[in-house]
Amino acid sequence: MSIIIETPRSPRSRKSANWEKYGWLYMRASGAVLIVLIFGHLFVNLFTGQGIKGIDFAFVAGKWASPFWQVWDGLMLWLALIHGTNGMRTIVNDYAEREWVRKTLNVSLWVTCAALVALGTLVLFVFDPCVSKDLLSPAMWQQICSAK
Amino acid sequence: MATATANPAGKASAFEEMGAVPSFQVTLFVRRFDPESGEEAKWEDFDVQVHGTDRVLDALHKIKWEQDGSLTFRRSCAHGVCGSDAMRINGRNRLACKTLIKDLDITQPIYVEPIKGLTVEKDLIVDMNPFYEAYRDIKPFLIASDKPEKERLQSSVERARFEDTTKCILCAACTTSCPVFWTDGQYFGPAAIVNAHRFIFDSRDEGAELRLDILNDKEGVWRCRTTFNCTEACPRGIEVTRAIAEVKQAILRGRP
Repeated sequence: MSIIIETPRSPRSRKSANWEKYGWLYMRASGAVLIVLIFGHLFVNLFTGQGIKGIDFAFVAGKWASPFWQVWDGLMLWLALIHGTNGMRTIVNDYAEREWVRKTLNVSLWVTCAALVALGTLVLFVFDPCVSKDLLSPAMWQQICSAK
Repeated sequence: MATATANPAGKASAFEEMGAVPSFQVTLFVRRFDPESGEEAKWEDFDVQVHGTDRVLDALHKIKWEQDGSLTFRRSCAHGVCGSDAMRINGRNRLACKTLIKDLDITQPIYVEPIKGLTVEKDLIVDMNPFYEAYRDIKPFLIASDKPEKERLQSSVERARFEDTTKCILCAACTTSCPVFWTDGQYFGPAAIVNAHRFIFDSRDEGAELRLDILNDKEGVWRCRTTFNCTEACPRGIEVTRAIAEVKQAILRGRP
Protein backbone atom coordinates (compact mmCIF):
# COMPACT_ATOMS: atom_id res chain seq x y z
CA MET A 1 0.00 0.00 0.00
CA SER A 2 1.56 3.23 -1.05
CA ILE A 3 0.78 6.53 0.58
CA ILE A 4 -0.75 9.14 -1.66
CA ILE A 5 1.10 12.43 -1.34
CA GLU A 6 -1.24 15.35 -1.32
CA THR A 7 -0.22 18.69 -2.75
CA PRO A 8 0.55 20.71 0.37
CA ARG A 9 -1.28 23.71 -0.92
CA SER A 10 -4.10 24.68 -3.21
CA PRO A 11 -3.46 26.96 -6.18
CA ARG A 12 -2.99 30.60 -5.34
CA SER A 13 -6.05 32.68 -5.91
CA ARG A 14 -5.98 36.39 -6.56
CA LYS A 15 -8.37 37.79 -4.01
CA SER A 16 -9.62 41.33 -3.61
CA ALA A 17 -7.29 44.24 -2.87
CA ASN A 18 -5.00 43.46 0.00
CA TRP A 19 -3.78 45.67 2.78
CA GLU A 20 -0.46 43.94 3.35
CA LYS A 21 1.50 46.70 1.62
CA TYR A 22 -0.10 49.36 3.79
CA GLY A 23 0.31 47.21 6.88
CA TRP A 24 4.00 46.82 6.14
CA LEU A 25 4.41 50.55 5.53
CA TYR A 26 2.47 51.38 8.69
CA MET A 27 4.76 49.18 10.80
CA ARG A 28 7.85 51.02 9.54
CA ALA A 29 6.39 54.53 9.80
CA SER A 30 4.76 54.05 13.21
CA GLY A 31 7.87 52.29 14.49
CA ALA A 32 10.06 55.26 13.62
CA VAL A 33 7.64 57.74 15.21
CA LEU A 34 7.19 55.53 18.28
CA ILE A 35 10.92 55.49 18.97
CA VAL A 36 10.81 59.27 19.39
CA LEU A 37 7.51 59.26 21.31
CA ILE A 38 8.38 56.47 23.72
CA PHE A 39 11.92 57.57 24.51
CA GLY A 40 10.73 61.17 24.84
CA HIS A 41 8.00 59.94 27.19
CA LEU A 42 10.46 57.91 29.28
CA PHE A 43 12.95 60.75 29.40
CA VAL A 44 10.43 63.35 30.52
CA ASN A 45 8.82 61.04 33.09
CA LEU A 46 11.94 59.50 34.57
CA PHE A 47 14.92 61.79 34.04
CA THR A 48 13.48 65.25 34.42
CA GLY A 49 12.00 66.50 37.68
CA GLN A 50 11.91 64.03 40.56
CA GLY A 51 12.08 60.89 38.42
CA ILE A 52 9.96 57.87 39.27
CA LYS A 53 9.07 59.22 42.73
CA GLY A 54 7.51 62.28 41.16
CA ILE A 55 4.91 60.31 39.20
CA ASP A 56 1.52 60.56 40.84
CA PHE A 57 -1.97 61.84 40.06
CA ALA A 58 -0.77 65.42 40.16
CA PHE A 59 2.06 64.70 37.73
CA VAL A 60 -0.31 63.18 35.19
CA ALA A 61 -2.85 65.94 35.74
CA GLY A 62 -0.13 68.51 35.16
CA LYS A 63 0.94 66.90 31.90
CA TRP A 64 -2.57 66.48 30.53
CA ALA A 65 -3.41 70.06 31.28
CA SER A 66 -1.28 70.83 28.27
CA PRO A 67 -2.64 69.99 24.79
CA PHE A 68 0.93 69.14 23.74
CA TRP A 69 1.11 66.14 26.09
CA GLN A 70 -2.49 65.17 25.33
CA VAL A 71 -1.60 64.87 21.66
CA TRP A 72 1.75 63.19 22.47
CA ASP A 73 0.12 60.54 24.67
CA GLY A 74 -2.82 60.15 22.31
CA LEU A 75 -0.50 59.52 19.36
CA MET A 76 1.54 57.10 21.42
CA LEU A 77 -1.62 55.23 22.42
CA TRP A 78 -2.99 54.91 18.90
CA LEU A 79 0.27 54.15 17.14
CA ALA A 80 1.57 51.67 19.72
CA LEU A 81 -1.67 49.73 20.09
CA ILE A 82 -2.24 49.40 16.36
CA HIS A 83 1.45 48.59 15.83
CA GLY A 84 1.35 45.89 18.49
CA THR A 85 -1.94 44.46 17.30
CA ASN A 86 -0.78 44.32 13.70
CA GLY A 87 2.40 42.58 14.85
CA MET A 88 0.33 40.02 16.72
CA ARG A 89 -1.85 39.59 13.63
CA THR A 90 1.17 38.66 11.51
CA ILE A 91 2.29 36.15 14.14
CA VAL A 92 -1.21 34.65 14.24
CA ASN A 93 -1.31 34.47 10.44
CA ASP A 94 2.08 32.76 10.45
CA TYR A 95 1.34 30.18 13.07
CA ALA A 96 -2.40 29.51 13.33
CA GLU A 97 -3.06 26.50 11.15
CA ARG A 98 -6.82 26.19 11.46
CA GLU A 99 -8.86 28.87 9.77
CA TRP A 100 -11.34 29.27 12.66
CA VAL A 101 -8.51 29.62 15.20
CA ARG A 102 -6.90 32.30 13.03
CA LYS A 103 -10.17 34.18 12.58
CA THR A 104 -11.07 33.98 16.29
CA LEU A 105 -7.65 35.18 17.43
CA ASN A 106 -7.57 38.03 14.90
CA VAL A 107 -11.07 39.22 15.70
CA SER A 108 -10.38 39.17 19.45
CA LEU A 109 -7.11 41.03 18.85
CA TRP A 110 -8.79 43.87 16.98
CA VAL A 111 -11.73 44.03 19.39
CA THR A 112 -9.31 44.35 22.31
CA CYS A 113 -7.29 46.95 20.44
CA ALA A 114 -10.39 49.00 19.59
CA ALA A 115 -11.62 48.85 23.20
CA LEU A 116 -8.26 49.95 24.60
CA VAL A 117 -7.87 52.76 22.06
CA ALA A 118 -11.41 53.99 22.75
CA LEU A 119 -10.97 53.87 26.54
CA GLY A 120 -7.57 55.51 26.42
CA THR A 121 -8.69 58.29 24.13
CA LEU A 122 -11.76 58.89 26.26
CA VAL A 123 -9.67 59.21 29.43
CA LEU A 124 -7.18 61.43 27.69
CA PHE A 125 -9.74 64.02 26.65
CA VAL A 126 -12.43 63.92 29.34
CA PHE A 127 -9.93 63.55 32.19
CA ASP A 128 -10.89 65.86 35.06
CA PRO A 129 -8.01 66.71 37.39
CA CYS A 130 -10.26 68.69 39.72
CA VAL A 131 -11.91 65.80 41.58
CA SER A 132 -10.34 66.51 44.95
CA LYS A 133 -8.15 69.22 46.45
CA ASP A 134 -6.10 66.52 48.22
CA LEU A 135 -4.69 65.16 44.99
CA LEU A 136 -3.20 68.38 43.66
CA SER A 137 -0.82 70.91 45.18
CA PRO A 138 -2.45 74.24 46.08
CA ALA A 139 -0.54 75.96 43.32
CA MET A 140 -1.74 73.50 40.71
CA TRP A 141 -5.29 73.69 42.00
CA GLN A 142 -5.09 77.42 41.64
CA GLN A 143 -3.71 77.16 38.12
CA ILE A 144 -5.90 74.40 36.67
CA CYS A 145 -9.13 74.33 38.65
CA SER A 146 -9.86 77.79 39.91
CA ALA A 147 -11.21 78.94 36.57
CA LYS A 148 -13.76 76.12 36.46
CA MET B 1 49.99 7.58 -9.01
CA ALA B 2 51.45 10.09 -11.42
CA THR B 3 53.21 12.07 -8.70
CA ALA B 4 54.82 8.99 -7.23
CA THR B 5 56.30 7.75 -10.51
CA ALA B 6 57.50 11.19 -11.47
CA ASN B 7 59.74 11.31 -8.42
CA PRO B 8 63.16 9.66 -8.01
CA ALA B 9 63.04 6.00 -7.07
CA GLY B 10 63.12 5.26 -3.37
CA LYS B 11 61.37 8.44 -2.42
CA ALA B 12 58.09 7.29 -3.90
CA SER B 13 56.70 5.89 -0.68
CA ALA B 14 57.57 9.03 1.26
CA PHE B 15 55.82 11.16 -1.33
CA GLU B 16 52.85 8.88 -1.29
CA GLU B 17 52.55 9.33 2.43
CA MET B 18 52.92 13.06 2.17
CA GLY B 19 50.37 13.37 -0.59
CA ALA B 20 48.02 10.87 1.00
CA VAL B 21 44.63 12.23 1.92
CA PRO B 22 43.84 11.48 5.55
CA SER B 23 40.87 9.24 6.05
CA PHE B 24 38.63 8.99 9.06
CA GLN B 25 35.37 7.45 10.16
CA VAL B 26 32.20 9.45 10.59
CA THR B 27 28.70 8.55 11.65
CA LEU B 28 25.83 9.81 9.54
CA PHE B 29 22.30 9.94 10.88
CA VAL B 30 20.04 9.95 7.86
CA ARG B 31 16.33 10.68 8.05
CA ARG B 32 14.66 7.74 6.33
CA PHE B 33 11.11 7.55 5.06
CA ASP B 34 9.65 4.78 2.98
CA PRO B 35 6.14 5.60 1.72
CA GLU B 36 5.49 1.94 0.91
CA SER B 37 6.14 0.71 4.45
CA GLY B 38 3.41 2.89 5.93
CA GLU B 39 5.75 3.75 8.81
CA GLU B 40 6.72 7.15 10.14
CA ALA B 41 10.04 8.70 9.16
CA LYS B 42 12.93 7.67 11.40
CA TRP B 43 16.65 8.29 11.86
CA GLU B 44 19.06 5.60 10.72
CA ASP B 45 22.78 5.70 11.44
CA PHE B 46 25.61 4.64 9.15
CA ASP B 47 29.35 4.49 9.86
CA VAL B 48 31.37 5.52 6.84
CA GLN B 49 35.11 5.67 6.20
CA VAL B 50 35.75 8.91 4.32
CA HIS B 51 38.67 11.00 3.12
CA GLY B 52 39.43 14.60 3.95
CA THR B 53 38.48 15.55 0.41
CA ASP B 54 35.08 13.88 0.57
CA ARG B 55 31.82 15.75 0.64
CA VAL B 56 28.59 14.72 2.30
CA LEU B 57 27.40 13.58 -1.13
CA ASP B 58 30.37 11.15 -1.33
CA ALA B 59 29.43 9.74 2.06
CA LEU B 60 25.83 9.27 0.88
CA HIS B 61 27.12 7.56 -2.27
CA LYS B 62 29.24 5.24 -0.14
CA ILE B 63 26.21 4.34 1.94
CA LYS B 64 24.06 3.75 -1.13
CA TRP B 65 26.70 1.77 -3.04
CA GLU B 66 28.24 -0.22 -0.21
CA GLN B 67 25.75 -0.46 2.67
CA ASP B 68 22.12 0.19 1.78
CA GLY B 69 21.06 0.46 -1.85
CA SER B 70 17.59 1.63 -0.86
CA LEU B 71 18.84 5.01 0.36
CA THR B 72 17.20 7.55 -1.92
CA PHE B 73 18.36 11.06 -2.73
CA ARG B 74 18.60 13.39 -5.71
CA ARG B 75 21.84 14.45 -7.30
CA SER B 76 22.89 15.15 -10.83
CA CYS B 77 25.99 17.19 -11.60
CA ALA B 78 27.49 16.68 -8.12
CA HIS B 79 29.41 19.95 -8.43
CA GLY B 80 27.09 22.63 -7.12
CA VAL B 81 25.59 23.69 -10.44
CA CYS B 82 22.39 21.71 -10.96
CA GLY B 83 20.91 22.32 -7.50
CA SER B 84 19.50 18.81 -7.07
CA ASP B 85 20.99 17.80 -3.74
CA ALA B 86 19.90 20.51 -1.35
CA MET B 87 19.38 18.91 2.05
CA ARG B 88 19.39 19.81 5.71
CA ILE B 89 22.82 18.92 7.06
CA ASN B 90 23.33 19.43 10.78
CA GLY B 91 20.26 21.64 10.83
CA ARG B 92 21.36 23.91 7.99
CA ASN B 93 20.29 23.83 4.38
CA ARG B 94 23.25 23.11 2.13
CA LEU B 95 24.16 21.31 -1.07
CA ALA B 96 25.53 17.88 -0.16
CA CYS B 97 27.99 18.22 -3.07
CA LYS B 98 29.44 21.48 -1.74
CA THR B 99 29.76 20.51 1.92
CA LEU B 100 33.13 19.01 2.83
CA ILE B 101 32.79 16.54 5.68
CA LYS B 102 35.99 17.79 7.31
CA ASP B 103 34.42 21.23 7.65
CA LEU B 104 31.67 19.81 9.84
CA ASP B 105 32.19 18.77 13.44
CA ILE B 106 33.27 15.16 12.81
CA THR B 107 33.56 14.30 16.50
CA GLN B 108 29.75 14.31 16.45
CA PRO B 109 27.43 12.40 14.14
CA ILE B 110 26.35 14.28 11.02
CA TYR B 111 22.60 14.64 10.68
CA VAL B 112 21.18 14.60 7.16
CA GLU B 113 17.48 15.29 6.57
CA PRO B 114 15.29 16.33 3.66
CA ILE B 115 14.70 20.07 3.28
CA LYS B 116 11.72 21.27 5.31
CA GLY B 117 8.36 22.65 4.24
CA LEU B 118 7.89 20.41 1.20
CA THR B 119 6.29 16.98 1.34
CA VAL B 120 8.80 14.16 1.70
CA GLU B 121 8.35 11.53 -1.01
CA LYS B 122 11.09 9.13 0.03
CA ASP B 123 14.14 9.48 2.27
CA LEU B 124 15.82 12.75 1.20
CA ILE B 125 13.56 13.38 -1.79
CA VAL B 126 10.82 15.99 -1.45
CA ASP B 127 8.02 16.99 -3.79
CA MET B 128 9.42 20.07 -5.52
CA ASN B 129 6.22 20.86 -7.45
CA PRO B 130 4.87 23.57 -5.09
CA PHE B 131 8.28 25.20 -5.27
CA TYR B 132 8.33 25.17 -9.07
CA GLU B 133 4.72 26.34 -9.14
CA ALA B 134 5.65 29.49 -7.22
CA TYR B 135 8.56 29.94 -9.64
CA ARG B 136 6.23 29.60 -12.61
CA ASP B 137 3.78 32.09 -11.09
CA ILE B 138 6.28 34.95 -11.26
CA LYS B 139 6.77 34.43 -15.03
CA PRO B 140 10.48 33.63 -15.13
CA PHE B 141 11.07 34.55 -18.74
CA LEU B 142 11.87 37.66 -20.76
CA ILE B 143 8.80 39.70 -21.61
CA ALA B 144 9.63 42.01 -24.51
CA SER B 145 7.43 43.55 -27.18
CA ASP B 146 10.05 43.97 -29.91
CA LYS B 147 10.96 41.04 -32.13
CA PRO B 148 14.26 39.31 -31.37
CA GLU B 149 15.83 40.52 -34.62
CA LYS B 150 18.92 42.10 -33.15
CA GLU B 151 20.87 41.97 -29.94
CA ARG B 152 19.26 43.71 -26.97
CA LEU B 153 22.03 45.92 -25.67
CA GLN B 154 22.58 46.60 -22.01
CA SER B 155 25.22 48.59 -20.15
CA SER B 156 27.31 46.98 -17.43
CA VAL B 157 25.65 49.28 -14.89
CA GLU B 158 22.20 48.09 -15.96
CA ARG B 159 23.40 44.51 -15.79
CA ALA B 160 24.89 44.97 -12.31
CA ARG B 161 21.44 45.69 -10.84
CA PHE B 162 20.35 42.08 -11.17
CA GLU B 163 23.72 40.31 -11.48
CA ASP B 164 23.40 38.71 -8.04
CA THR B 165 20.02 37.10 -8.68
CA THR B 166 21.10 35.52 -11.98
CA LYS B 167 23.15 33.05 -9.94
CA CYS B 168 20.12 31.12 -8.64
CA ILE B 169 20.15 27.39 -9.39
CA LEU B 170 16.67 26.67 -7.97
CA CYS B 171 17.92 24.24 -5.35
CA ALA B 172 15.21 25.40 -2.88
CA ALA B 173 17.70 25.75 -0.01
CA CYS B 174 16.49 29.31 0.66
CA THR B 175 12.76 28.71 0.37
CA THR B 176 12.89 25.66 2.64
CA SER B 177 14.95 27.52 5.26
CA CYS B 178 12.28 30.21 5.53
CA PRO B 179 10.17 29.97 8.71
CA VAL B 180 7.27 31.70 6.97
CA PHE B 181 7.31 29.10 4.20
CA TRP B 182 7.39 26.27 6.78
CA THR B 183 4.10 27.39 8.27
CA ASP B 184 2.51 28.85 5.14
CA GLY B 185 3.02 26.81 2.00
CA GLN B 186 1.13 29.48 0.05
CA TYR B 187 3.93 32.01 0.46
CA PHE B 188 5.86 32.53 -2.79
CA GLY B 189 9.13 31.98 -0.94
CA PRO B 190 12.57 33.53 -1.39
CA ALA B 191 13.55 31.62 -4.53
CA ALA B 192 10.54 32.78 -6.53
CA ILE B 193 11.12 36.38 -5.43
CA VAL B 194 14.82 36.14 -6.34
CA ASN B 195 13.91 34.97 -9.84
CA ALA B 196 11.30 37.70 -10.16
CA HIS B 197 13.99 40.18 -9.10
CA ARG B 198 16.20 38.88 -11.91
CA PHE B 199 13.63 40.05 -14.49
CA ILE B 200 12.10 43.01 -12.67
CA PHE B 201 15.44 44.83 -12.62
CA ASP B 202 16.47 43.75 -16.13
CA SER B 203 16.41 46.81 -18.42
CA ARG B 204 15.53 44.60 -21.43
CA ASP B 205 12.40 43.24 -19.78
CA GLU B 206 8.98 44.92 -19.94
CA GLY B 207 7.03 42.79 -17.48
CA ALA B 208 8.23 44.44 -14.27
CA GLU B 209 4.86 46.00 -13.40
CA LEU B 210 3.12 42.68 -13.93
CA ARG B 211 5.55 40.84 -11.67
CA LEU B 212 5.46 43.54 -9.02
CA ASP B 213 1.68 43.23 -9.04
CA ILE B 214 1.93 39.46 -8.64
CA LEU B 215 4.28 39.81 -5.68
CA ASN B 216 2.18 42.55 -4.06
CA ASP B 217 -0.03 39.72 -2.89
CA LYS B 218 -1.18 38.58 0.52
CA GLU B 219 1.26 35.70 0.02
CA GLY B 220 3.85 37.88 -1.69
CA VAL B 221 6.85 39.84 -0.46
CA TRP B 222 5.01 41.28 2.56
CA ARG B 223 5.08 37.92 4.27
CA CYS B 224 8.89 38.20 4.48
CA ARG B 225 10.01 38.71 8.09
CA THR B 226 13.62 39.56 7.19
CA THR B 227 15.06 36.69 9.22
CA PHE B 228 17.98 36.28 6.77
CA ASN B 229 17.70 32.46 6.85
CA CYS B 230 17.55 32.49 3.06
CA THR B 231 20.72 34.54 2.63
CA GLU B 232 22.52 32.23 5.02
CA ALA B 233 21.25 29.10 3.28
CA CYS B 234 22.03 30.09 -0.32
CA PRO B 235 24.86 27.89 -1.63
CA ARG B 236 25.52 30.43 -4.36
CA GLY B 237 26.00 33.30 -1.94
CA ILE B 238 23.07 35.32 -3.30
CA GLU B 239 21.99 38.09 -0.95
CA VAL B 240 18.43 36.83 -0.98
CA THR B 241 17.00 39.01 1.77
CA ARG B 242 18.45 42.07 0.09
CA ALA B 243 16.81 41.08 -3.21
CA ILE B 244 13.46 40.70 -1.45
CA ALA B 245 13.91 44.12 0.16
CA GLU B 246 14.64 45.63 -3.27
CA VAL B 247 11.43 44.12 -4.63
CA LYS B 248 9.50 45.58 -1.67
CA GLN B 249 10.97 49.00 -2.42
CA ALA B 250 10.10 48.62 -6.10
CA ILE B 251 6.49 47.80 -5.22
CA LEU B 252 6.30 50.89 -3.02
CA ARG B 253 7.73 53.02 -5.86
CA GLY B 254 5.48 51.31 -8.38
CA ARG B 255 8.39 50.72 -10.76
CA PRO B 256 11.76 48.94 -10.66
